[in-house]
Amino acid sequence: MSARIAGVMTILLGTVVASAIGVVSAIQKSRVLFVELTRLGSERDDLNFEFGRLQLEQATWAENNRIEQIARGRLGMVSPNPAETVVLRQ
Amino acid sequence: MKRVKPANTRARLYAVAMVLALTSSALVVRAVDLQVVRKDFYQEQGDQRFLRDIPIAVSRGTIFDRNGEPLAVSTPVDSIWANPVDVLSNAERLPELAKALDLDEDDLKQKLVQRSDKEFVYLKRHLNPDDARAILKLEIPGIATEREFRRYYPNGEVMAHVLGFTNIDDRGQEGLELAFDDWLAGKPGAKRVIRDLHGQVVENVELLREAQPGRDLTLSLDRRIQYLAYRELKSALAEHHATSGSMVILDVPTGEVLAMVNAPSFNPNSRNGNDPANRRNRAVTDVVEPGSTIKAFTIAAALESGKWKAHTPIDTSPGTLTLADGRTIRDVHNKGLLDVTGVITHSSNVGAAKIGLTLTRDHMYDVDHRFGFGEVSGSGFPGESPGLLPIAKSWGPVEQATIAYGYGLNVTPLQLAQGYTAIANNGRLRSPTYVKGAQNPDTAVIDPEIAATLRRMLETVVSAEGSGLKASITNYRVAGKTGTSRAASAGGYDNRHISLFVGMVPASKPRLVGVVVIHDPQGAYYGGLVSAPVFSKVMDGALRLLDVPPDNVKNWFTAAPENPHTIDAKPPSSEDVELSNFAEGVP
Repeated sequence: MSARIAGVMTILLGTVVASAIGVVSAIQKSRVLFVELTRLGSERDDLNFEFGRLQLEQATWAENNRIEQIARGRLGMVSPNPAETVVLRQ
Repeated sequence: MKRVKPANTRARLYAVAMVLALTSSALVVRAVDLQVVRKDFYQEQGDQRFLRDIPIAVSRGTIFDRNGEPLAVSTPVDSIWANPVDVLSNAERLPELAKALDLDEDDLKQKLVQRSDKEFVYLKRHLNPDDARAILKLEIPGIATEREFRRYYPNGEVMAHVLGFTNIDDRGQEGLELAFDDWLAGKPGAKRVIRDLHGQVVENVELLREAQPGRDLTLSLDRRIQYLAYRELKSALAEHHATSGSMVILDVPTGEVLAMVNAPSFNPNSRNGNDPANRRNRAVTDVVEPGSTIKAFTIAAALESGKWKAHTPIDTSPGTLTLADGRTIRDVHNKGLLDVTGVITHSSNVGAAKIGLTLTRDHMYDVDHRFGFGEVSGSGFPGESPGLLPIAKSWGPVEQATIAYGYGLNVTPLQLAQGYTAIANNGRLRSPTYVKGAQNPDTAVIDPEIAATLRRMLETVVSAEGSGLKASITNYRVAGKTGTSRAASAGGYDNRHISLFVGMVPASKPRLVGVVVIHDPQGAYYGGLVSAPVFSKVMDGALRLLDVPPDNVKNWFTAAPENPHTIDAKPPSSEDVELSNFAEGVP
């Protein structure tokens, strides 16, 4: 009888110890993962920022006013008048 | 020293044991007190010394135009902040710091001393991240950076009014930035970190709240059309020495705003040096008396009443009409006997007033109201004006006659565009929307037959005998209406004018509606002379950009009609190609 109780107690004790170790290891894992998450998150943010900056740069270069000035001024381009336009149809 | 044998060794042993027991139980009690009873307090005190909950900044969503071009982009910047006490305790480094920040040393010191009871003060906000890193490298105690975002508008003044702007904390203050602030802003997260003596983050401990970055927004605006409208409006203002102007272009099938510009404009990338008056989006916040442009709706009511048909004659001679209160309405020229279409073609005030007086005031009010006048358009733009349409009960015969030709009521340029879009859209009204692909149901406001009749009448305006010839566009049929009204000022009308033009193209199957309003032109001031040419130039470009086919491709007009101007391309052998395949987006 008492041997059985002792057995149960041992098992319970073992479980408690195992769970305690489990908690510690889970916390440790969560810390490691959180650090990883933070690193990846900031990498993602940096890439997004870079993308935003590039978009901005592209938009600045492609600004209509600038395009028009270069096209008309430096390249001497003009809009075709109707006489120079050919309508293609089936 | 004489060695004495202790009298009672046992008693002394007890005494020592007792002291030891007391001491150790005192230690245990103290330990329990610290570890159990007052644990929370000490834990908190400890945490306070190195744990910090810090916000995770999130970037605001990007705003795109309908073709995916960025219109407003947030980029990260760093703000330098200081703990005044720490900085002041290393006062010998102040000159170095002031130099790095490009601030005056005395000002900096004063600022720090004033805030020395605080733990946080911004020294300089929105620095380029590289510059901020250079300052951090100096390793001045008490100096740290915070990530923030700054908004850039690559299209500057062209888009300024409709987009609005954000404040230094990246919250929307005006325009669509304000209207969609919740959508764009996102929610800052929070994380718990360990900070060292200098305020630098040593370790991330846990995530308290995940950051939700702002969502992107795709507008219905088209950057290219917007630019075109702004350029033409601006040059028209310069040419006519006008004070201000607005232009709105709506897409007829969807009610989407393709362009909305105002001049003069402002630079949204700079927070200072802008005249606040120039920041108003006049196209939705400012009202004008619509003048002759309202006649389309008067005629709509007349046609709906059944008393008038498109060719019912009406005598407008002698070109004047005296109202009950003794005021006289005048036409520019006496056109004599016209029909209802002629009243629109020649923009006869007398004709419109006479027709208006045959209708009931409730019916006229109802028609104007159905077309959206006197109500905010539902576009959701902050600060939008509902205009003013006086309630029918307040109308006497004088009011009825004046409203019939466009005075005594106020509309915004956007409302005018909305009303004409309903005519263009077979009598179905839609709230204008700034969001591409938004759910936007329409409601029938007038019979499709009447809308078609109105379009035919409006087409006669843009002809050799009409008032809007200058709105014509090569190869496209234009339907529209000119308008000229006097600017109202306190206590009456002064000698300033407002020139208007509203039109739709292509008239046979309208795709675009445009409104041009120009305030206070000098010299010529008729809408047909000042605003109509702007309409023509902008719409010509917009039709090309959107690949809208002409009303009749076969009749493509060229400057040299004797040349073969239309060539038949070889029909594709395998598949049939329809003209609609060349709709927007396909080169």
